Amino acid sequence: MDFGPFLLLASLEGLVQAAVLSLTALGLCLVFGVMRIVNVAHGEFYMLGAVLAWWLTSLVDMHPAVGFGLAILVGPLCVGTLAFASERLILKPLNYNPEATIVATIGILYIIQQSVLIGFGPDARPVDAPFYFRIDFPWFGYSGYKLIVVLVAIVILLGTWYVLSRTRIGLIMRATQFDGEMAQVFGIPVNRVYAAVFAAGAMFAAVAAVLIVPIRQAHYLMGLDPLLLSFIVVIIGGLGSIRGTIVAAILIGMSDGIISMFFSPTLAKMVSTLLVALVLVFKPEGLFGHKER
Amino acid sequence: MKSSANPKAFWLHVGVVVLLFLLQFVLPEYHHLTATRIMVLAIFAMGYNVLFGYTGLLSLGHAMFFATGLYTAGLTAYHLEWGVISSFIAAVSVGAAVSMIIGAVALRTSGVAFMIVTMMFAQVAYLSTLYFTTYTRGDEGLVLPESARSFSVIGFDVNLVDPVVRYSITLGFLALTLFIIYRLVQSPTGRALVAIRENESRTRMLGYNTFAIKLKALTISGTLSAMSGALYALLFAYVGSSFATIQYSIDALLFTLLGGAGTVLGPLLGSFMMFYLIDIASDYTTAYLLVAGIVLIILVMYFPKGLLGTLREKYFPWIP
Repeated sequence: MDFGPFLLLASLEGLVQAAVLSLTALGLCLVFGVMRIVNVAHGEFYMLGAVLAWWLTSLVDMHPAVGFGLAILVGPLCVGTLAFASERLILKPLNYNPEATIVATIGILYIIQQSVLIGFGPDARPVDAPFYFRIDFPWFGYSGYKLIVVLVAIVILLGTWYVLSRTRIGLIMRATQFDGEMAQVFGIPVNRVYAAVFAAGAMFAAVAAVLIVPIRQAHYLMGLDPLLLSFIVVIIGGLGSIRGTIVAAILIGMSDGIISMFFSPTLAKMVSTLLVALVLVFKPEGLFGHKER
Repeated sequence: MKSSANPKAFWLHVGVVVLLFLLQFVLPEYHHLTATRIMVLAIFAMGYNVLFGYTGLLSLGHAMFFATGLYTAGLTAYHLEWGVISSFIAAVSVGAAVSMIIGAVALRTSGVAFMIVTMMFAQVAYLSTLYFTTYTRGDEGLVLPESARSFSVIGFDVNLVDPVVRYSITLGFLALTLFIIYRLVQSPTGRALVAIRENESRTRMLGYNTFAIKLKALTISGTLSAMSGALYALLFAYVGSSFATIQYSIDALLFTLLGGAGTVLGPLLGSFMMFYLIDIASDYTTAYLLVAGIVLIILVMYFPKGLLGTLREKYFPWIP
């Protein structure tokens, strides 16, 4: 294949990566922005979404689209419920102390990951895509499902933007993020907002995972990569800034997709990880963020 | 905290070392080996504790320092055929240099950012052990040849294949580490570390250069971790990428939290308990890390001070 078409293929792969990454990172960013805690278990919510998608689709013995529809509705809901419960039972009693919650979410990470290992075994599980069609470029055919993933991600991101900026729920969340104590004084149930945000953050990861699972298989150790990538994106985007997170997700997703195709994926990860560590050290407000008030 | 010259505290530590010395004569073969391994990891956890327990800095990247020692010792012994002693010295020196450089960069951040930065650096270190697979053989790892397992000092031939020799060498280094940390935490520097943990801005206001003190703590912590890694490589003759994974960083945190962060003996106690807990769990299920998760949550929710920390608070205020 010539360089041009090859670059196009690499960019398409990067676009899919960016779509899924922006959803996952948005969840982490919401939790960090509103609650000021780092959720190390975020990748496990992603993994759980993927594994539940496999399990739910295997229950249904009809057209793959039916099973997939069930998975994308029920899977994230289950993950959200679990996240809600762990927030109430573990994070709230810890009073959202930053370091205690890091240790606690590491604990949650192990518990979810190892429970999945017990329940579903160590094998990688494939999930059928809800439909098959190929888009034929002059040089190669490309899976139509992958492009649908990008579209769905864009729709969800627009929906989130609408909820956050144009509705009452969004207003309450932004108020809590801006100044939790003041929001409390104005009668906002900050406590319940936290629980809802934590559950919503986990659900974003789960939705992303259900979307990607027909492309990549479900496996109990699949959570670490999206966790680290989301950290990278959230940091570059300026901790807690949603617009920055999405820009950074596109940047990192695209470049990761392209670099991985031309060079070694390990080298791509090393370079981006190191760059991010240095961004955090020398420009702690992120490339797109604002300075702390 | 009581005065530093409490003889009870001193004799407690001597007692622990004597107890571990006597233990080797009664332990069956399997537990003899396990105890050696636990003591090596306990040195790692004790190093971690200097930073986390005493200075209050939560690092998720200590596997990087452990792996620095492990790989420096392993690679020099394997590829350059250096002797055991020179590999070990090289590993500890490289460990000190790496921790000082990483510290100088990472300590510009604090709190959550420090944790993420250390984790990112450690991830880069882990990925490089995979990337330079020509030298490290990545996940598969290197097994050190027989010739790299014996050396002679002042006329004595020492063979590291002999379990009794391994146990004694490890115990020697464990005692040394205990002594270093015991002295450190009772020195003015040690007091300053605790002051930084409790209130950094007040400590700075009192005229201390907190950055320099934190860098010192991180360097000591990283060097001890590297020493532990070097011991692991040379005693057990194996180096591999799995030792650089984030799981090893979490293990150090877990051992320290369980035994009691900010107590000299806590990490040692925590290492023994957690190791056996996981060992028992792995007889029943492959998902033995479930135990680690449950223990972490129970600790952080109900016993944030760990075993020794809780005992110190309730009964023995003189434990350093």
